[in-house]
Amino acid sequence: MTVPNSFRTGPDERGHFGNHGGRFVAETLMPLILRLEAAYEAAKVDPAFKAEMDFHLAHYVGRPSPLYFAERLTEHLGGAKIYLKREELNHTGSHKVNNVLGQILLARRMGKQRIIAETGAGQHGVATATLCARFGLECVVYMGAVDVERQKPNVFRMNMLGATVIPVTSGSRTLKDAMNEALRDWVTNVHDTFYCIGTVAGPHPYPSMVRDFQSIIGKETRAQLLEAEGRGPDSLIAAVGGGSNAMGLFHEFLDDPEVEIFGVEAAGHGISSGQHAASITGGRPGVLHGNRTYLLMDGDGQIAEAHSISAGLDYPGIGPEHSYLHDVGRVTYLPCTDQEALAGFQLLSKLEGIIPALECAHAVGKVMELAPTKPQDHLMVMNLSGRGDKDIFTVADHLGGQL
Amino acid sequence: MTTRISARFTDLAAAGRPGLVTFITAGDPDFATSLALLKALPAAGADVIELGVPFTDPMADGPAIQAAGLRALKAGQTLAKTLDLVRAFRDGDGVTPIVLMGYFNPIYVYGVPRFLADAKAAGVDGLIVVDLPPEEDDELCLPALAAGLDFIRLATPTTDDGRLPAVLAQTAGFVYYVSITGITGSATPDADLVSAAVARIKRHTDLPVAVGFGVRTPEQAAAIAKGADGVVVGSALVEAVRASLDENGAATSRTVADVETLVRQLADAVRGVRRGAA
Repeated sequence: MTVPNSFRTGPDERGHFGNHGGRFVAETLMPLILRLEAAYEAAKVDPAFKAEMDFHLAHYVGRPSPLYFAERLTEHLGGAKIYLKREELNHTGSHKVNNVLGQILLARRMGKQRIIAETGAGQHGVATATLCARFGLECVVYMGAVDVERQKPNVFRMNMLGATVIPVTSGSRTLKDAMNEALRDWVTNVHDTFYCIGTVAGPHPYPSMVRDFQSIIGKETRAQLLEAEGRGPDSLIAAVGGGSNAMGLFHEFLDDPEVEIFGVEAAGHGISSGQHAASITGGRPGVLHGNRTYLLMDGDGQIAEAHSISAGLDYPGIGPEHSYLHDVGRVTYLPCTDQEALAGFQLLSKLEGIIPALECAHAVGKVMELAPTKPQDHLMVMNLSGRGDKDIFTVADHLGGQL
Repeated sequence: MTTRISARFTDLAAAGRPGLVTFITAGDPDFATSLALLKALPAAGADVIELGVPFTDPMADGPAIQAAGLRALKAGQTLAKTLDLVRAFRDGDGVTPIVLMGYFNPIYVYGVPRFLADAKAAGVDGLIVVDLPPEEDDELCLPALAAGLDFIRLATPTTDDGRLPAVLAQTAGFVYYVSITGITGSATPDADLVSAAVARIKRHTDLPVAVGFGVRTPEQAAAIAKGADGVVVGSALVEAVRASLDENGAATSRTVADVETLVRQLADAVRGVRRGAA
């Protein structure tokens, strides 16, 4: 594949990022998806929409989020100077709220009163339930029954916020099945329902729309690092499930050739074990949930069950723009096992007093590997996409109740 | 080109009656029983057979067809074996049209050119691929038409007059009107609304229109068939398969007989409907 002049021009008008993306949905949904695309294109250039976004991002979400120099982590690892983009300090405790705010404001413009969402770890579900409470909208969240069990604090939060959480018992009973069930709801209630997808995946325009709403992470990072260091970063690193926090950080810097970019996939028990969620490292291109992208599947095209200690990364696919950035070699995707993520979880908690979500603990796990190989003037920015309060029970289980 | 599908709908029109389209899932509950079911369908009154291609993530299907697909996958069904099933059926039946219905990923992974060649050779007549709207015609629809397979498009209550021409443009064989906004086997369609929708589609095309999603009983089938060229029953048949299985999920002596009985009742009801010459 030839290397394009810019990595930031995608998708094309049919929603393709290279070979990936597209609109692989049932006809029932197609007219609505076209209307959503038109509504989003109109909102994007409407100063009133931008003003409304900016207002709520500042006063409700609490942006900008700090770019924090992790002094003790840097000292401990003895290499790159590590900065953490503190998305876990946003209202609701993760980056998910950036996207949900955008989609909820868009749903209001489209006159939709009922919002549905899928969630894995519950971070996107909590963000959606929160914004629905704020704007008085009905909210239904689909969540795999396995995830309902391992992310109880978030289920409680969603219920408290007035959302209806529906445990999904079909298939592997995790995020993939929650998305199937949300799509089934949407196709049934297409007239009054807005589907608020939580990541940079699904049919066009979702991957680019969610990326646009999350790209504030990278834009703030550029300005904040310029202020702190007088220059841009040398490397970026973020965990990738569907890939919204990573795309939010990366997109701003894709055309800065000097910036190395690393996406971290969940390798579960290890790629060779077959029990992982690393779609790029261990998958092939296929079509699921409205887009073509790298997927975990068998030789017959049946989707495999992913495994990760982190419910938010436990998905057998990845956003199509990531698949494209892998194909063209712009972003390097690295696998991180459950054990490495647990090590990252503990290290960041003890050295910086920040308990990371298990999702971004995977990024910490790879920072531990990469930072020591870099010189001390190397500026590395890691997206700390969520806080880990929700994960303490899972971690305690794995550490034999040591917490 | 006259295909088995167009020949069958021509015959139905000449006979002045609507057709019964029956759906079962390939390999449910196992390959041998599935083949026996397939072979029993035409004699029981099925005019067209839709054969579901199992997929782990059937986003447009309700619980009955989801479960049927999982039973088939558990018994080792694959797309290649589904083509084997069609080939074995064609040994004894050269006229009943077979339409494969499913999702794109198994076909994409099999490889589109190889799939089209193998499907044609096995005796498949048409394809319904739920997650390929006209916007993705390059993927399979156009190559399928070039290979001599009908690509049967779904039109839905949300497909308005502005969009219908695009949906119908590359459709061949028949048009499948999805009678509800929803998943298979869920809500019950309103026969009057369906009849009006079929009339609307027929203003845009000369193709036959079959109606499905949510049709369960002989009475419903007859009511829907009054306003259409064909009526599709699926969830009720795979539910009959499920109800006939033993506690281990294995086929019993009732499995084929129960499905045959239901198809016969549906066919009697549908064949009782008279239609004017089209």
